[in-house]
Amino acid sequence: MTINPSADRWVGRSVPRVEDAALLTGRARFIDDLPTATNTLDAAIVRSPHAHAEIRRVDVDAALASEGVVAVVTGDDVKRLTRSMTVGVKANVECWPIATDRVRYVGEPVAIVLATDRYLAEDAAERVGVDYDILPAVVDPVAALGDEAPVLHPSLGSNLINERRFSYGDPDNAFAAAPHRIGVDIAYPRNSCTPIETYGVVAHYDPGEDAYEILANFQGPFSIHAVVARALKVPGNRMRLKTPPSSGGSYGIKQGVFPYMILMGVAARIAGRPVKWIEDRIEHLAASVSATNRATKLEAAVEADGRITALAWDQIEDCGAHLRAPEPATLYRMHGNMTGAYAIANVSIRNRIVLTNKTPTGLNRGFGGPQVYYPLERLMQTIARTLKLDPIEVIRRNLVPSDAFPYRTATGALLDSGDYGTALGRAIAEGGYAALVERRKTARAEGRVYGIGLAAAVEPSVSNMGYITTVLTPEEREKAGPKNGAQATATVAVDPLGSVSVKVASVPQGQGHRTVLAQVVADALGLDPGSVSVIADVDTGRDAWSIASGNYSSRFAPAVAGAAKLAADRLREKLKHVAAGQLNTVPDDIAFEGGRIASRANPDNSVSFSRVAAAAHWAPGTLPEVVDQTIRETVFWTPDELAAPNADDEINSSLCHGFIFDFCGVEIDASTGETRIDRYVTMHDCGTILHPAMVEGQVRGGFAHAVGAALLEEYAYGADGSFQSGTLADYLIPTVMEVPEPVILHHETPSPFTPLGAKGVGEGNCMSTPVCIANAIADAIDAESVTLPLTPSKILGLIAGEEPQAKNPPRKIEPAGPSGQRKLTGEGAAEVAATREEVWKMLLDPQTLDAIIPGSHGVRRISDTHFAADVTLGVGPVKGRYKADIELFDLDEPNAVTLRGKTVGALGFGEGEGRITLTDIGSGRTRIAYTYEAGVGGKVASVGGRLLDGAARVVIGQFFKALANHAGGGASGAGFLARLKALVGGGS
Amino acid sequence: MLLTDLIRHAVGATGTHVGCEHGVCGACTVQIDGEPVRACLTLAAQAEKLDIRTVEGLEPRPGELSPLQAAFREHFALQCGFCTAGILMSLDALFARKPKASEREIREQLSGHLCRCTGYAPIVKAALAAQAHVREEKTTDA
Repeated sequence: MTINPSADRWVGRSVPRVEDAALLTGRARFIDDLPTATNTLDAAIVRSPHAHAEIRRVDVDAALASEGVVAVVTGDDVKRLTRSMTVGVKANVECWPIATDRVRYVGEPVAIVLATDRYLAEDAAERVGVDYDILPAVVDPVAALGDEAPVLHPSLGSNLINERRFSYGDPDNAFAAAPHRIGVDIAYPRNSCTPIETYGVVAHYDPGEDAYEILANFQGPFSIHAVVARALKVPGNRMRLKTPPSSGGSYGIKQGVFPYMILMGVAARIAGRPVKWIEDRIEHLAASVSATNRATKLEAAVEADGRITALAWDQIEDCGAHLRAPEPATLYRMHGNMTGAYAIANVSIRNRIVLTNKTPTGLNRGFGGPQVYYPLERLMQTIARTLKLDPIEVIRRNLVPSDAFPYRTATGALLDSGDYGTALGRAIAEGGYAALVERRKTARAEGRVYGIGLAAAVEPSVSNMGYITTVLTPEEREKAGPKNGAQATATVAVDPLGSVSVKVASVPQGQGHRTVLAQVVADALGLDPGSVSVIADVDTGRDAWSIASGNYSSRFAPAVAGAAKLAADRLREKLKHVAAGQLNTVPDDIAFEGGRIASRANPDNSVSFSRVAAAAHWAPGTLPEVVDQTIRETVFWTPDELAAPNADDEINSSLCHGFIFDFCGVEIDASTGETRIDRYVTMHDCGTILHPAMVEGQVRGGFAHAVGAALLEEYAYGADGSFQSGTLADYLIPTVMEVPEPVILHHETPSPFTPLGAKGVGEGNCMSTPVCIANAIADAIDAESVTLPLTPSKILGLIAGEEPQAKNPPRKIEPAGPSGQRKLTGEGAAEVAATREEVWKMLLDPQTLDAIIPGSHGVRRISDTHFAADVTLGVGPVKGRYKADIELFDLDEPNAVTLRGKTVGALGFGEGEGRITLTDIGSGRTRIAYTYEAGVGGKVASVGGRLLDGAARVVIGQFFKALANHAGGGASGAGFLARLKALVGGGS
Repeated sequence: MLLTDLIRHAVGATGTHVGCEHGVCGACTVQIDGEPVRACLTLAAQAEKLDIRTVEGLEPRPGELSPLQAAFREHFALQCGFCTAGILMSLDALFARKPKASEREIREQLSGHLCRCTGYAPIVKAALAAQAHVREEKTTDA
């Protein structure tokens, strides 16, 4: 750290967090910890197993008849009671929070079952019958634009929901004049920062006032409040939204809870009782929100020395099945800074937004940054490689010059402050770049695979609420009216005992806002931060808030903490007048320190802070004329710099622009393809640092997400739209073993546009790090093109020099067995107290089979040797209902029989064959021996092999145990039961 | 009934959190007879007559943090705090079994937990600091 905190200020010091005591002792209150009204119902959601299908029929009768069920809500109900959610572009398309006539992604809600407890709700959800007519699906954004592609929304006519072209400067001439035209072609994958706490909603509806009250672990932006109120067809003041005191991480994702606010609001209305829903992890992975995936072609007009004179962007943004608010914000958040950290005067941009059969997208840490910086910084490396230049020089020659700030970019951003050249120089010197180059040389001389990567980025923060309207044409904007600004609010209040409270609408999810606000206000009022109390969760019915409220676009330090400072300053000015009267001096002579207010000239002449502050409560008549009250100051702050997009489509999309320069060294294990990050250096300019340890925490946290994005994480979809990363065993998140410790450096240039000089810092590494690591890997293996995530198998493929990857490679499903299924085999035996003939009869009797098949809901005889069954099977976390079809072959009564079966269900399919042999072991007892071979496919096959094998053994074991019990008990499981016990007992 | 539901909703001890319900994230880790166990993969019935310890049991006295908890605060080893209870119970069990666990062993123990906020480094630091503190205290006591 390079910070030298000022001794007389709390801001700038790493004070312990006030949040931590509750979090460390289990006393913190997250949404699922809060008490609910006693008549609250639990909701379970029935979701689509198909990526694209027409809904023929939803049969809720069986579910309604189930124990504890009060109501079942379907798409028709939601359509009747709400209106389609607002879509951010002009397009003839509806956007519902639940499927109405058609499902468009795996996991899309189809029905909501409301019951007296969650167990009953989930059981009943399995009894909702949905008939689908499956349609062809499209998952690739480029393919979605093809003439042959299935169209998701017939009213749109195609999957292209918006296209805009922009031109700034004179890109055509610049390209014509430049000696080099160098480009990259990128498919950026989908990923998600997956908070460990999932979504939660508790909804009330009061028919007397036609009012909704909804508690949700929503994070903002509160512009979404308007979307929800409109959808629920109530005025804003009848849609009271509250957030819980604690929220278990978000990283943007919890913005996406809002469709469930609408659904649970409707559910509460239909049921006439409050409704609670806590999302489970499987639902979260399949159907919350993720970042967008994007196909980008980026070209640069380049001079011989590596200087770029023009950029041409062609971006195809994949927002999934619906364009949900605030999308297409991912695509437009970076619009002002599409030139990154570089001074490039000429830019053309073609933006297309497409819909595909994948989950709708939303906020995710870095929001739009990774999708832009990956192409841009891969391009910088490609330019260096093509022109045989030092990549550092290519970056350095293009940086915005240090004397140019505030700097207006070609696309309209006003880069507030910076000294990029110096920051880069310091990173190289202090981060040990030269030593790293030596290290690479040595490693390569030893035959090891080692590479260095670089990345520079501008990290935008404090979003302009008007940037999204850049997607509209200037004419459309003219009609709709301007949108701009970023209202931040803060209230500082004094109670009758003179202690100070702060209230903001920042809705933190772990960032420590309360600690920093206490520091900021303590500084202004000369108090100890421990004496300042802070509330940061929101109740829209009571608090000061606006559309920009919430926790996103790294706006806390620059905007919210700044607003709190302004409110505290305003109170301070008033208190000066009150104190001057009490101390017989003038306001300018008043100082605040150590919980007292004193005369500067005569410090002995002092009075306690609380005595002065409380005067407005107890003796308002004693306040001087110029002071109205000192009880509560609320500040609304919005920066003038955040204007609406102008007629030339120039937009200052964010108020602040931090600078990041990263470099790293990676070593690849040539035999496994595994990447080891040897050294990672990250230089930040986030303006004034308010709390060094929290800034480090933000950098490290973003870095860890980025390591995951670079090496592990991808929301994988099959060609049919099936979702293939549906558990945390499939969607791999970095653990302590995969995240190295980065070297963090700072070069502070305070922002002139924020009250405290601070800029955002929470998202930068999500923008710079994935491409920095990719550049290092490309350098290590001398690859021209690399696609994230760079998993060992992908790297091995690149090293082995397989044919170059297609531009937008369709994702291959790795077959786990020869037939593309995961293979399971096993054998076992059981002894039962029955003769062979008796056992034989049982095996051919549907009633007996129904009684002994684990999870059976009924067995039907089709012929003497052919049965159909309805069963519920669980494999690890993947539990579902299946239709099974079983035929018997090679009957050798009463000695042996072969069973051949097929199962089909929402979560997958399976087929298998087993041979059962019956041996008379005397005393009327029979030994049943069995062998089986089975294959499974679909979602259930994505579960780890060990789990599957174990589950198969357990299920088959249960079958024979039940058979033994049915035959009169006395089963002795030989080795099998012992194994079964081991499995159940040693499950962790 | 799952052990997590029993602890959280029947007993009302909501400090134990549920992150995945399939045994990967580790947020629900509690101690059963001193051993760290994923409460989300445990049926309540399996814990009958056994001794269950949750994060609520770590404080020596209300309002006073244990050395491990204090180290987490001092080293900023938590942000949202949702995964923290499980990590504390896991490390507490490790240190009870192995007071001199190496950094490698601490990392191995932590590798069974997912944290999306901190990037892990501060957690490792806090664990090492707590361990040093406990060892120091033990030496002083002796």
